[in-house]
Amino acid sequence: MNAEEPKTMRDAFIDGVCKKMRKNRSIFFLSADFGAPALDKIRKNFKGRFINVGIAEQNLINVASGLALEGFTTYAYAIAPFITMRAYEQIRQNLSISSQIKPLNVNLVGVGAGLSYDLSGPSHHCLEDISIMRLLPNFMVFSPSDWKLAEHFVGYSINIKMPKYLRFDGRQLPAIYKKINNKILERGFCELSKGKKVCLVSTGFMTHRALKAAKEFQNIGVIDVFMLKPLNENLLFKALKKYEYVITIEEGFINNGGLDGLISKILRDHQSNIKVKNLGFDDKHIFEVGSRNYLHRLNKLDEGSIIKTIKGRIK
Amino acid sequence: MPEEKNMPNIDELKKKALWVRKETLEIYKTTRDVRLASSLSPVEIFTALYYGKILRYDPKNPQWEGRDRFIISKPHGAISLYPILADLGFFNKKELKRVAKNGSLLGGIPDPTVPGFETINGALGHGLGVACGIALGLKKKKSNSKIFVLSGDGELNEGAVWEAVMFASQHRLNSLILIVDNNKISMLDFCKNIIDLAPLEEKFKVFKWKVKVVDGHNIKEVYKSLKELKAEKSDYPKVLIANTVKGKGVPELENDVLCHTRVLKENEIINAIKKLNEC
Repeated sequence: MNAEEPKTMRDAFIDGVCKKMRKNRSIFFLSADFGAPALDKIRKNFKGRFINVGIAEQNLINVASGLALEGFTTYAYAIAPFITMRAYEQIRQNLSISSQIKPLNVNLVGVGAGLSYDLSGPSHHCLEDISIMRLLPNFMVFSPSDWKLAEHFVGYSINIKMPKYLRFDGRQLPAIYKKINNKILERGFCELSKGKKVCLVSTGFMTHRALKAAKEFQNIGVIDVFMLKPLNENLLFKALKKYEYVITIEEGFINNGGLDGLISKILRDHQSNIKVKNLGFDDKHIFEVGSRNYLHRLNKLDEGSIIKTIKGRIK
Repeated sequence: MPEEKNMPNIDELKKKALWVRKETLEIYKTTRDVRLASSLSPVEIFTALYYGKILRYDPKNPQWEGRDRFIISKPHGAISLYPILADLGFFNKKELKRVAKNGSLLGGIPDPTVPGFETINGALGHGLGVACGIALGLKKKKSNSKIFVLSGDGELNEGAVWEAVMFASQHRLNSLILIVDNNKISMLDFCKNIIDLAPLEEKFKVFKWKVKVVDGHNIKEVYKSLKELKAEKSDYPKVLIANTVKGKGVPELENDVLCHTRVLKENEIINAIKKLNEC
């Protein structure tokens, strides 16, 4: 990890979109009355192309879809659990289904993945989005672990005509990557540290946890999977196959088609003997009040618990 | 008021509407996997839009940039548009004989794989919101194309419709013309017994929409209303509430509150076509 200052993914990303909007007049930025410090520049400079649809996520998606049908590149911005779950049918019908006939460049920018909004309670927790967005045909699902990935994704994806879900953490996080290029993004994952027996496979915020836990050991692999769909599964398997144990770590419900399901499918397809342990949230919502660290401790997703799980595998 | 110069021959339009009804029944004769009653209420609306040339379209180039956009937000009730689009050359007429058959172009609910259909709308309450995005896009392109939306009245129960209604007036989407096929019956009951939409006209008015109400089976009035709404300068979006009869033209359906899913018997279909032939 380098020592660059922590930043939110949304600010890094929105700054990038803002720069593009100066040159590219076919970009619209829509928000469901949700802001960010970086968004103020867009609001000020592109009044005709920034639209606050109000607290109306369903219409956010529909308007974004209509603009894209007319050939515009559209960013639709809201809190992650609301943009995905409040408007799921709009996303399914007007983006996923429609895009199969006429590709639509609509980018759903969801802020608040996992327990980013820890103290706001279960309505604001976002533990389902990986599973439900991954199952939609014609979608790209991007779950970066740091702001550098988010920043570079602007240029990488702007001409990819398909609907995309960008799953951003709500908090300022330090950079993990030194330098991003299109090649890294195309791979969809990155082996941040190579190990021998045990490999931690994580996405989003949990990659920070995985890296910290791995530091306690020598030779623990860490793979950050930031592109959940589409993903070159063969390439990922090549990285995984040298390990005996894989521990998946995600800030989402497990055993329901999240990152864990993705990894299990890859191993199954390759008839692999690698043993897998899945870390994430059990099949219940979280009403306990507390910080992200506190809630992670309760659910055995804190650094100490991850270390314990690793120890159990390397004995 | 003097008749407009370019007014189409109303008798011709009436004949066309009658033909569309019969053709819709002919399709129904080959498959029950379509919604007949809700396809019969908007026949005059479709006829006026296409044969009255309210809409700008090019069957040889359905995605022509200069076309008016037409979103059918109640596509279950748009089987009657199939014969019109085939007649105009959007696709081969032979397709009408194979609706909802294995491997056919035309399904039980139209979708944008069918030339002439812009969007997928099987789930209700989405069309107006998508149309708002299209209207914004057209405005940005400085296009003079209009965007028409056909919605059912039962569909107005969907909350997302009203998000779009408010959005459209807030953003002065004056190229947007909504047509409500106000046939007053949902699947299980009269709309008024489920969620009473009355007073519908006032509802749109308080949201600053320009409202017109018309007898949706009087082709002359439907044509004139659409023509006027299209030409009228207004800062705000416009809505035509077309009062229609669900199952119009088939007495068994017209009198049945459950006509949405009522399956006609072979002889009832043949009789209905026969009666229309006598008109």
